[in-house]
Amino acid sequence: MNEVIVGHISEFTDRRGRVFRLGELELALFKLSDGEVKAVENNCPHKNGKLSEGMVCDHHVYCPLHDWKIDLNDGLVQAPDEGCIQTYPVFVDDKGNVVLQLAMQSKVS
Amino acid sequence: MKRKLVMIGNGMAGVSFVEQLLKLNPHRYDITIIGAEPHPNYNRIMLSSVLAGDANMQDIVLNDWDWYRDNNILLHAGQTAAHIDTEKRTVTTDKGIAASYDDLVFATGSLPFMLPLPGADKEGVIAFRDIKDCETMIEASKNYRKAVVIGGGLLGLEAARGLLNLKMEVDVVHIFDNLMERQLDRTASKLLQAELERQGMNFLLEKQSDSIMGKKRVTGLKFKDGTHVDADLVVMAVGIKPNVQLAKDSGIEVNRGIVVDDYLQTSLPNVYAVGECAEHRGIAYGLVAPLYEQGAILAKKLAGVDSEGYQGSVVSTKLKVSGVNVFSAGRFNDEPGTKAVRVQDDIDGIYKKVVFDQGKVIGAVLFGDTGDSSRLFSLIRSGEDFAGREKEVLLGSSGGQMASTGDLVAAMSGDEIVCGCNGVTKDTILESITEKGCVSVGEIRACTKASGGCGGCKPLVEAILTSALGEDNVAAVKEGICGCTTLSRDEVVDAIKRMHLTTSKEVMHVLEWANPEGCTKCRPALNYYLGMVYPDEHEDELESRIVNERSHANIQKDGTFSVVPRIYGGVTTPADLKKIATVAEKYNVPLVKITGGQRIDLLGVKKEDLPGMWGDLDMPSGYAYGKALRTVKTCVGSTFCRFGTQDSIKMGIDLEKKFERLDTPHKVKLAVSGCPRNCAEATIKDLGVVAIDGGWEIYVAGNGGTRVRAADLLVKVKTEEEVLEWTGAYLQYYRETANWNERTSEWAQRVGLDTVKKALESKEDRDALCERIDKTLGLVKDPWKQIVENAELSKAFDALTAPAEAKV
Repeated sequence: MNEVIVGHISEFTDRRGRVFRLGELELALFKLSDGEVKAVENNCPHKNGKLSEGMVCDHHVYCPLHDWKIDLNDGLVQAPDEGCIQTYPVFVDDKGNVVLQLAMQSKVS
Repeated sequence: MKRKLVMIGNGMAGVSFVEQLLKLNPHRYDITIIGAEPHPNYNRIMLSSVLAGDANMQDIVLNDWDWYRDNNILLHAGQTAAHIDTEKRTVTTDKGIAASYDDLVFATGSLPFMLPLPGADKEGVIAFRDIKDCETMIEASKNYRKAVVIGGGLLGLEAARGLLNLKMEVDVVHIFDNLMERQLDRTASKLLQAELERQGMNFLLEKQSDSIMGKKRVTGLKFKDGTHVDADLVVMAVGIKPNVQLAKDSGIEVNRGIVVDDYLQTSLPNVYAVGECAEHRGIAYGLVAPLYEQGAILAKKLAGVDSEGYQGSVVSTKLKVSGVNVFSAGRFNDEPGTKAVRVQDDIDGIYKKVVFDQGKVIGAVLFGDTGDSSRLFSLIRSGEDFAGREKEVLLGSSGGQMASTGDLVAAMSGDEIVCGCNGVTKDTILESITEKGCVSVGEIRACTKASGGCGGCKPLVEAILTSALGEDNVAAVKEGICGCTTLSRDEVVDAIKRMHLTTSKEVMHVLEWANPEGCTKCRPALNYYLGMVYPDEHEDELESRIVNERSHANIQKDGTFSVVPRIYGGVTTPADLKKIATVAEKYNVPLVKITGGQRIDLLGVKKEDLPGMWGDLDMPSGYAYGKALRTVKTCVGSTFCRFGTQDSIKMGIDLEKKFERLDTPHKVKLAVSGCPRNCAEATIKDLGVVAIDGGWEIYVAGNGGTRVRAADLLVKVKTEEEVLEWTGAYLQYYRETANWNERTSEWAQRVGLDTVKKALESKEDRDALCERIDKTLGLVKDPWKQIVENAELSKAFDALTAPAEAKV
């Protein structure tokens, strides 16, 4: 498990998304109203919409292209649509750093 | 070992029966369906909507290919059953495929009745029955002008309306002197005729067709009386006949239809018939509700579930022609011994008639106002005795003895079809309410498809909902602005004003939103309403703006954005053009396009480049992404044009400068034309100004989008100041009364143009509206400039990256 500091919590706005890139990897990170940060792949399973641009309502994000609703906790697409996206564990440390935990090896040298 | 079921026919009645069978006993049969059309099961009733342009073929598919696969149904589409060996129990298709059966179901439907006129085989002579006929009509409308529909019944009139929508000239030929004589009495029929004539149909009544004229293709229709009409297309819609040939050839008893008993069994054991091809107690039905009822009985029979058998159906009719409300049911013609109560209102074009026999309602006709249709239909079926108080049925009661809608709903049996278009029973609707928690007609529609077709059953669905949730919860039954609330737009806005709510959070909290942070429907709407009511107090909630308004650019399908700077009135300068060109090159903009609104669109821009581009452009945002004033399109006008009567360019620029950056319920497009030739297309805009000699005409509520609508004249004024004044008042009235996401054309039709005119009539009211809009306009700032000048705001456009030392 590798831990990467992607930024400071002060760089995040409530209920707004930010894009994080590392090599090939592109994630969407969101700060929820309760201060928690969520990370998911930045790609809607429907038509590859950028979820980072979506509207955040509690722990859900709506894809900006066709309004698919996705649960940021488990990556599940909500009915009546179907599908699933990859989620990534992320936490805020005591200094306020937003830390992403990546299990797999990336191609970045 | 599963039994083998073969069904001949892949239409609504048959497939609905299969669906019900699968619900009751999913494992009993291996199912094979043979269907002549190369399509999965679709909603034939909605063909007129396809023709009318309200739906496309995809919308009317009821069971897609996946449904057959998921349910292990073998479908031979595009094949016709050619032979049945009733001894060996096999069906062979025209393509040579053989299927053996234990049980066989005929669901062969009906065939359009084609008049055996000389020349009926010519090109351009068709029926109105299936998708192919629809396609032929749409194709014909592109090359030909004049259509003749033979048949003034339900189907003929729907076909005629569709052809009118396709911009063809339409004559309707009918053998009788009153339209829909099987469904309407004479009075209603004549009212209908007048309305349809108003819509542009031409009627040739009491005409008997003699022969079709033309060489290869039809050119006209000749009548028995020696007269004739020109025709490029002839649609025969004179009726249907049950499709029984195969059954007859197989030795099955056939009368008008395939004769069946109360359990839909034919004269042969293990052979059944359902739908339009079947004849039960002497009746072959041609409407959808009875077919679903038959399907339900047959499904029970084959699933091994007891039932009372099919008892026949009382049918009702509804004409699916927009702008015409017609309903009839039961025995509505006066017969010896019957009495009728009638209401006729020539002012509003309403006619109602209820026929009684011995105090019981036996039939009804409604024209103009069909709100009572479900209630009357229930009364016919319930057989309630109104002896001595017949008048109450139509005119209301003074003693309150009349059965309430709730009682009527209670009297309906569970398997009674409520939605004829989609075959949804009362039980299915109740289930969606009690088990799936539906609390509005919209949710029931999403869950069950009920009321999703022609919409005629909506009052009945509402009544079921009301009765299920109890009289006390009636208020909670109505549809709110979204799934998070039951409150309407007006109630929400009223609460915002009354309780001085200034944030979305407050609104959701106080009004008890179902989802704590709302959804993509209500969040932007609330943000708009709050800003509209409290322009200086409400702080814009960016997190509730849709992506384009949050990024101040239009998101494209690949996640890039487009940038459109303001070009006032479509007038630019060489200096601005050079600047735009330099920026486009610097940022490698892949596509530079002139928009329909007379400006320049830079497409394919990466999000992180947006602030930089805006800074380099140093031009105001064109708001091409917003629910706001978009463009003011202008023509050259008197500046250069030899026809121009006024300075349309200046007028357009003045309008754009005054109203730019204004939040509106939906996008707003303006235009100014310098003369009535109207080169700026002002009459399809939300507000269009047309110069005339010595003044200006102001048109409103036009639209050039999905539903094209020509604008209506609001007023004629003399000066440019007055144009600005009326525009300001109009826009503010729209801002204050429209639903969020409602264009001016939809809004004006909903509230009524007269209401709008009245609200703007007095100078005093206009001044008050203008004062409010000016207050809002005084607070707007250019968003691009704000972001460019604020490092924190522009940094938010960048992607985060891992620090250099990160080892992953």
